[in-house]
Amino acid sequence: MNKKAIKIIIALILYIFAMVIKFNNELINNLIFIISYIIVGFEILKKALRNILKGKVFDENFLMSVATLGAFGIGEFPEAVAVMLFYQIGELFQSYAVNKSRKSIASLMDIRPDFANVYRNGKIEKVNPNEVKIGETIIVKPGEKIPLDGVIEEGTTTLDTKALTGESIPKEVTLKDEVLSGCINLNSVIKIKVEKEFEKSTVSQILDLVENASSKKSKSENFITKFAKYYTPIVVIIALILAIVPPLIIGGDFLSWIYRALSFLVVSCPCALVISIPLSFFGGIGGASKMGVLIKGSNYLEALSNVEIAVFDKTGTLTKGVFEVQEINPKGVSKEELLKIAAYAENYSNHPISKSLKQAYNEKIDENKIKKFEEISGQGIKAQIDGKNVLVGNEKLMQEKQIEYEKLSKIGTICYIAIEGKYAGNIVISDKIKEDAKKTIEELKKNNIKQTVMLTGDKKSVGESVAKQIGIDKVYAELLPQDKVKKVEELLKTKSPKGKLAFVGDGINDAPVLAMSDIGIAMGGLGQDSAIEASDIVIMTDEPLKIVKTIKLSKKTMRIVKENIIFAISIKVLVLILTAFGLSTMWEAVFADVGVSIIAIINALRALKKPKNL
Amino acid sequence: MSNKFKITGLDCANCAANLERAIQKIEGVETVNINFITQKMELECNENDKEEIIKKVKKVIKKEEPDVDIEKL
Repeated sequence: MNKKAIKIIIALILYIFAMVIKFNNELINNLIFIISYIIVGFEILKKALRNILKGKVFDENFLMSVATLGAFGIGEFPEAVAVMLFYQIGELFQSYAVNKSRKSIASLMDIRPDFANVYRNGKIEKVNPNEVKIGETIIVKPGEKIPLDGVIEEGTTTLDTKALTGESIPKEVTLKDEVLSGCINLNSVIKIKVEKEFEKSTVSQILDLVENASSKKSKSENFITKFAKYYTPIVVIIALILAIVPPLIIGGDFLSWIYRALSFLVVSCPCALVISIPLSFFGGIGGASKMGVLIKGSNYLEALSNVEIAVFDKTGTLTKGVFEVQEINPKGVSKEELLKIAAYAENYSNHPISKSLKQAYNEKIDENKIKKFEEISGQGIKAQIDGKNVLVGNEKLMQEKQIEYEKLSKIGTICYIAIEGKYAGNIVISDKIKEDAKKTIEELKKNNIKQTVMLTGDKKSVGESVAKQIGIDKVYAELLPQDKVKKVEELLKTKSPKGKLAFVGDGINDAPVLAMSDIGIAMGGLGQDSAIEASDIVIMTDEPLKIVKTIKLSKKTMRIVKENIIFAISIKVLVLILTAFGLSTMWEAVFADVGVSIIAIINALRALKKPKNL
Repeated sequence: MSNKFKITGLDCANCAANLERAIQKIEGVETVNINFITQKMELECNENDKEEIIKKVKKVIKKEEPDVDIEKL
């Protein structure tokens, strides 16, 4: 690398020297040009020769060699050297730029832990995280990265989760708390019981995702690959024709036509596009992961810029999903008894409502007392608790089982309970809207999202009240999981052919909807394997506002991509046309090749930076 | 099953695209993906004669881009 730079500098000095000082004997000038050329171009000539021997023409080295040697042949010494010189400067710059972005990507990848301190036979051993098994105990000192996912066995500390979530506020953790690999331990020594192998741990998953993101190529990238495939041969063929046909037909100066043909060869490399487009996408994906958003492919980053309809799940996405028992209204039983029965009935369910009931009950549940447990989808639970037949669920369940219940109109989820076929009261549970939910919807509208929709399994009154508070356009309530699929199918039909539909959910029970949407976005995905698996984009934290940030980033990336495509192609085509008519020289051709490449790469590097004012 | 390789000596994006195309033509190769930026190659191929295919891939690489080396990850 350095050697190359030194060669370029020496050649450049010689070149300028020969350009500025005109010797009386032109031979001296030409000799200096030739020396300069050999210093800077020898490698290229060598590679070209080697490739020809292997039957490989049309490669860059070959084209540059032909163009420059041809220029020497027709006596254009300064041009010949300049083309080679600038070509090499361009190459050098290109590898510098690529290295730079590789490094900034590598710093994103810096979350990979190098070792784990594991307790074995009463001693601490430093091993590769790969070798640690589930159930072993590891020790993490302050300043070290947590190598594997697990649960704290001993100690209290604060963790820096920035690498995973983009969140700069440290998180406090203590005994029995779950900790994720990739976080940095800040304060004091903790002992962790390992719960996942390294391969399955959060840090490995994230690294895998980001590294493989570029294998799902965007339309723009596919276009460029195809373009590059045809562009070079076509330009070379035109160059050949240009060198042979016009002088025979129109007659005139062979040399000037050859000069034009050689200029064509200089412009024939599609490198500016081939490198800058994937680089832009890579930058965009890298920038997103810096703010705690994982994008699984360039195609999704591209699609995100065309979102027309944004569909949200309510619970856990727009609302906190942390339900709290607000009221207990018993009838014929005590408050404690009612809560106990509800908590027992909901024991096996992982629904947020169940969790809140169990939390409110806050006593140990004796699972032997639960019999004949049956979950009725979209309605509730039927079970035998302590020998009594119990129903716990929504109004539909009460109606279905023909229980005479007292209808309660309150915002929130109302859990109706019947014991032995008799209504026993209700429990009101409600959820809180996330602070940034309203701003998210506002910002989405500002960013040309035509329709915002909320889907919920919750009651109509709850859904509508939430929708009104955050300003969402449409709300469909009381949906069973399969209804959500149908609704999204309908919505997919209403968008324009180019528009995309994004679905945002928590990724736990909406996998089918996530999969069928153009873009499935899972929220709060940190540590949730199923969410990471089912979605195309994972937002590591709970903030819906990050969707807006990611859309902005995607638009910025796409703008850069389009700028580069249009800029590079139009300059190249323009120079080709001008050259064909003899209106431009090899100097313009050098610019159309190297200059365009450099400008496109500089432009692509912008994608790596986080967009401002968010 | 995908096999990952580290690629060294690849210094032009167009070469990466060409190389990808050449490898794709090898019999038994299902998909191949060369990432110029991360310098990694991912190869999905018939697992039964994987060794054979990887040999062929190496041969193609030597022919197309003599300066490029791959190393199994």
